[in-house]
Amino acid sequence: MKYSFASLLRNAFSYHENWQSAWRSPEPKREYDAIIVGGGGHGLATAYYMAKEHGMRNIAVIEKGWLGGGNTGRNTTIIRSNYLRDNSAQIYEHALKLYEGLSQELNYNIMFSQRGVLNLAHNQHDLRELSRRVNAIRLNGVDSEFLNPQQTKAFCPILNVSPNSRYPVLGASLQRRGGTARHDAVAWGYARGANNLGVDIIQNCEVTGIRQSDGRVEGVETSRGFIGAKKVGVVVSGHASVLADMAGFRMPIESHPLQALVSEPIKPMHDTVVMSNAVHVYVSQSDKGELVIGAGIDGYCGYSQRGSFPIVEEQINALVELFPIVSRLRMMRQWGGTVDVCPDASPIIGKTPVKHLYFNCGWGTGGFKATPGSGWAFAHTIAQDEPHELNAPYTLERFNSGYLIDEHGAAAVAH
Amino acid sequence: MSQGYRLFNGGLIQRDQPRTFRFNGQEYIGFAGDTLASALLANGVHLVGRSFKYHRPRGIFSAGSEEPNALVQLEVGAYTQPNIRATQIELYQGLIANSQNCWPSVEFDIHQINSVFSRLLPSGFYYKTFMWPKRMWMTYERVIRNAAGMGKAPTENDPDIYDKTHAHCDVLVVGTGAAGLSAALAAARTGARVIVADEQSTAGGSLLSRRIQLDDEPAGAWVDAAVLELEALENVTLLTRTTVTSYFEHNFVVAAQRLTDHLPLGSCGDQPRQRLWKIRASQVILATGAHERPLVFKNNDRPGVMLANAAQTYVNRYAVRPGHKAVVFCNNDSGWEAGLDLSDAGVQVTLVDIRGQAAPELEAQARDRDLEILTNHVVVTAHGRRHVRQVEVARLNSDADGLSGSSRIIDCDLVCMAGGWNPALHLFSQSRGRLSYDQNLSCFVPGESVQAERSAGAANGTFDLGFAFSEGREAGKAAAADAGFRQRTKSVSPKVDAKSNSTDIRPLWLVPSASDHPPAKSFVDFQNDATAADLQLAVREGYRSVEHAKRYTTTGMGTDQGKTSNVNALAIIAQITGASIEATGTTTFRPPYTPISFGTLAGRDVGEFMDPVRRTPMHEWHRAHGACWEDVGQWKRAWYYPQEGESMHDATRRECIATRSAIGILDATTLGKIEIRGPDAAVLLNRIYTNGWKSLPVGACRYGLMCAEDGFIFDDGVTLRLAEDRFLMHTTSGNAARVLDWLEIWLQTEWPDLQVYCNSVTEQWATAAISGPFARQLLAELCTDVDLSNQAFPFMTWCTGHVAGIPARIARVSFTGEVSFEINVAADYGMALWSQLMLSGEKYGITPFGTETMHILRAEKGFIIAGQDTDGTVMPADVGLARMVSSAKDFIGKRSMLRPDSLREDRHQLVGLRTDNPKEVLPEGAQIVAEIKPEPPIEMIGYVTSSYWSEHLGHSIALAMLEKGASRHGEQVWLSLADKQVRASVCDPRFYDPNGERMNG
Amino acid sequence: MLLIECPYCGPRDETDFKCGGEAHITRPEKPADADDQSWGDYLFMRTNSMGTHYEMWCHSHGCRRWFNVCRDTLSNKIHAVYKMGEPPPRVDDPTRSRSQ
Repeated sequence: MKYSFASLLRNAFSYHENWQSAWRSPEPKREYDAIIVGGGGHGLATAYYMAKEHGMRNIAVIEKGWLGGGNTGRNTTIIRSNYLRDNSAQIYEHALKLYEGLSQELNYNIMFSQRGVLNLAHNQHDLRELSRRVNAIRLNGVDSEFLNPQQTKAFCPILNVSPNSRYPVLGASLQRRGGTARHDAVAWGYARGANNLGVDIIQNCEVTGIRQSDGRVEGVETSRGFIGAKKVGVVVSGHASVLADMAGFRMPIESHPLQALVSEPIKPMHDTVVMSNAVHVYVSQSDKGELVIGAGIDGYCGYSQRGSFPIVEEQINALVELFPIVSRLRMMRQWGGTVDVCPDASPIIGKTPVKHLYFNCGWGTGGFKATPGSGWAFAHTIAQDEPHELNAPYTLERFNSGYLIDEHGAAAVAH
Repeated sequence: MSQGYRLFNGGLIQRDQPRTFRFNGQEYIGFAGDTLASALLANGVHLVGRSFKYHRPRGIFSAGSEEPNALVQLEVGAYTQPNIRATQIELYQGLIANSQNCWPSVEFDIHQINSVFSRLLPSGFYYKTFMWPKRMWMTYERVIRNAAGMGKAPTENDPDIYDKTHAHCDVLVVGTGAAGLSAALAAARTGARVIVADEQSTAGGSLLSRRIQLDDEPAGAWVDAAVLELEALENVTLLTRTTVTSYFEHNFVVAAQRLTDHLPLGSCGDQPRQRLWKIRASQVILATGAHERPLVFKNNDRPGVMLANAAQTYVNRYAVRPGHKAVVFCNNDSGWEAGLDLSDAGVQVTLVDIRGQAAPELEAQARDRDLEILTNHVVVTAHGRRHVRQVEVARLNSDADGLSGSSRIIDCDLVCMAGGWNPALHLFSQSRGRLSYDQNLSCFVPGESVQAERSAGAANGTFDLGFAFSEGREAGKAAAADAGFRQRTKSVSPKVDAKSNSTDIRPLWLVPSASDHPPAKSFVDFQNDATAADLQLAVREGYRSVEHAKRYTTTGMGTDQGKTSNVNALAIIAQITGASIEATGTTTFRPPYTPISFGTLAGRDVGEFMDPVRRTPMHEWHRAHGACWEDVGQWKRAWYYPQEGESMHDATRRECIATRSAIGILDATTLGKIEIRGPDAAVLLNRIYTNGWKSLPVGACRYGLMCAEDGFIFDDGVTLRLAEDRFLMHTTSGNAARVLDWLEIWLQTEWPDLQVYCNSVTEQWATAAISGPFARQLLAELCTDVDLSNQAFPFMTWCTGHVAGIPARIARVSFTGEVSFEINVAADYGMALWSQLMLSGEKYGITPFGTETMHILRAEKGFIIAGQDTDGTVMPADVGLARMVSSAKDFIGKRSMLRPDSLREDRHQLVGLRTDNPKEVLPEGAQIVAEIKPEPPIEMIGYVTSSYWSEHLGHSIALAMLEKGASRHGEQVWLSLADKQVRASVCDPRFYDPNGERMNG
Repeated sequence: MLLIECPYCGPRDETDFKCGGEAHITRPEKPADADDQSWGDYLFMRTNSMGTHYEMWCHSHGCRRWFNVCRDTLSNKIHAVYKMGEPPPRVDDPTRSRSQ
């Protein structure tokens, strides 16, 4: 059923009793042409683009819990493509462009709100880096501009730009096309879209093993039995190492807690997204009115989906320093996710030592913004058994050759 | 109106201490001991706010921190706070509060129109529309955003200060009800260090709300005695107004204490407003009580509909009648107890029980009081908009899934809901304990403990008060014993006389309605306006997982985080899907239990205390001479010293010329200094640095380059050999701590056989670097015990002597390209040295220069700055320092320099750039492009890392990393700036004195 | 916040320490002889166990000594703390242990 104001009106007369389920809950088949392990945004997007762009219909997404229950439902929903390296700019920009038409394409309002993303500079070193980045991003065909402190203040009036702060704001870069989207809606929209193209979405089905013979994948062992597959794509966010271990290889990845928190909902006070690496915090305000606040990863490995309290204290110090008027507002909820961090802060999207087994992982703190681009490129990689040029550099082999794509500056990871 | 609903007797309020306050502009009077909610009810005010989505009128729903409805904007101006629960605000003189999320007033709110269109606004309606035309979304969204949110943020900075403290204890008891106080007493009597915390203003918990006899006296007497005993014990810290909000691993618990929130504004001087307690407890006892559940029927959100225990609390604790004519709608005995208490306070009561009968003694008491009793009945709907006027009641059919017979109307102005109890499992769940569903009690109870933790009393599903006392006592003893305090003590629980003790309950999660359609106005989550129909819709549309349903309907996502809604919601979902409640499961309980102010979480670590400021011993001199500052790590370094009317560029031009032509002086104290000592010190350096160290003679200095194991430059600096077994390493200012860590990790983990110690001595030394043609002459004046001639004291050596009478270590190193002496003295002598150098140098025109001039002078020489000209992807060969990479030995990072990518021919390499227009100073960060094109994308082949105006050379200079740069000297390249293209030619990065004759001279 | 028992100083809050990542990664004895793959493995490949994890910590705001911790990365339970050079203790947790 197409979503529209008209359908909403029509259904209102029937007390909303005629809406259909956004996705089926099928029993798994014995075999699929391809299985995507992981029902987060990236996995669902992958399945959607495999069906839509590559005509693969006999495919399934397998999720151990509920759709979007990992980092898709735990992040701070920031979308931007202001990355330094050419390769990064291309894949994140592809994602951003897909986001720009995604509500219409999926017929599901993901509430992508392009209210701009500010990255602050607090010292001469930051300014230099910012300038390099703004220039590179612009020349890569992505929008980016530099703001001085007064312009920054005008764009974000609640920001403290006093020169007497401990680390004053000396300038900012602005990507106007950046912003936020409703994270759950991205997962649900892709799930509904994939379902409508015939993809089986199977929740509460945990993968416990990856069956292979002669170095070729044959399917997955799950909590609901063996499911055969000609190809298997793994996109499980923080748990990439666990799945790689099942397949018999290791990953250049460490899984770390990443925390976020929200304030109580308040009337609109902050209409953009502000990120600062030096005074380490990032802040936006959701459509519901909550300030959504995040910062860097915790310092040690962990799969506990919760973080360490001192990290939260630090990010709130930074919050109150940058936005002193929020001091009397209150933290309503804090939580954590598990992110998989690569040594160069760039992802791995491609083939593995096992034939027809593909991995998409290592997005660190930056996965949500890449969702459509990641799914699009990964779908191509699986369908064609060959990476698209967008993700060709993001191989596992780069950690042997040294061809790293260093994005530490862009990743907002404390370093 | 003056407290028309106040009882003449009873309660814990102080009738001799009236408090005047304003609500929505109207002045009222309450008493000390009131909350804002009880004071409003005493004045007959029920309508307090409007709901989030439909702007339905809402009243006071509870008497505690679970309140979803009665949220107010407390105070005005800088002190204002949104979304504060009226039920938790202690009344003080002069309090001002206003309704929020309504306009123009809470009585006539223009947005109640939403309620009319509510059918168009089911859960998730925004996912289905606002998509066309595409460009309109931002307009739609502005309307959505303005409609959302609740209270308003302050627009001024917070005038209050906040505080934090760390505490350790053997036993932490959370809650001071029957179980909590018993536990605290039992543990404290063993001598264990005990912290007891309760969110309320006084201890007692539900004992303050009920009419209980303990040892044949009112419960208050027992509570008072317990508090007296605890307060008298030195090993006990009793914290009231302190909410334990968060429970992390290893028994780390966070609590927020409200120190002055209950006092009139401006009456507390410079006391902190709140304090954050960070507690490490050996053992934790959770005696957090239970929350009463509402019942889900049509219009159950009308003002005047509240939880039964809330009505009971208002009558007993606050001496307020919340109505004159009450209908108590219950499914267990606790509603009867509330009904009896209300009746005794003069309220006319009708009891509507889903069950066929209550405990016989309760039924007898109800009959004694002539209460109307309707068993096997339900309240089907409430009537009345801004206040409940009537309810419709009907008989349940025998299967409890429909109604039998016709309904009847009962007039009332108060509806009390007693839907059973949910143990407050928030902290238990945060401790990672799993919940289990108890069929008999119809609620979740704590499963096995994961940490050193016990639950006791109602928090453990022990609703019988007598058992709660004994369970608390046993928990206290056991926790103390587990913490090592096994002393046998005497603790006896009081004899309990309470009206209701039975746990007989008949759950009915959704009251059947007369209509066939989903119950659209039967609210489950009151704050977020999520109804039973919304949950049905979510399940119908596939959002069947409890997490999906929560997110789709926003149930449990309000400021109360679902304290009154979560269990009802998941039971209704279970009912719809046919799954068991246990299998449906709960959503995760997240910290904090109740919201914490950001100010409290930040404490004192804001403003000047956000990060420590490091200052050199000469800082005051720089300040007095007008220095502008650059933040380098935590250091404040002098950036440049503008004189009257000078711009930054004027100042640096002057400073540069003075240094090149006369003498400049730089405060170089901030450079990291690490002393490395031991028989294997040279071996360590040999492994850490890319170049060789074993042959360096004592008395000499050498520049070293340090790489990480990935082969990329990590730090650089000059190291002095002080003795055979002793070196002094210099690091970049911002990297000192990291380099020391770097040395230590290799020494301790990989090379424990090396006999070396490393120690930071950065703060032990003050360093003044004098540089320029007259530097030697000046130094000779002040230093008579060293032969400063070039033969006796050549470049890259050091010696000791006295400068201005101060013992000094002098190194002949140069970052400016001129003859330079770095004079190191004990930090305390820094200022004396500096002052004397300035005094004696005056005749030579000595000029202090800051980091900016230092950067220009070194760029003229083509010296790199690690972290500016390198970015973590640069190898020594890339910056023309291949000669510093030893082929004779292994060192950290060497192997990585042989990876395929390291050997690529098109790597970026350090070059100099000269702009065609010599006056054009390139911006740092400018990109070098392969070709000029009108539109991006344009291929980039390099970028500018450093760029300055060189006054000495008379043209601009820049350093850049350029693809194949080393082989491009002489070529022309284009730089694409934001507003123009600039052409430059590639050159050797050494612009000035390429052979180093000046600094060697 | 973890409570970590420094083998030299005793139990301290996590904020006293710094984590240095996975322990017992051996540096190739002769790096020059390592091929790209084994050097890449040494540099970047990690066990990243979900469950029992052996890792290095430094008491950076205390004695500055490095030591090893065996911690469960799901529950954050610390099974053992042991000094550099000591063999890793065996932790019998077959449901979780993935590392050697």
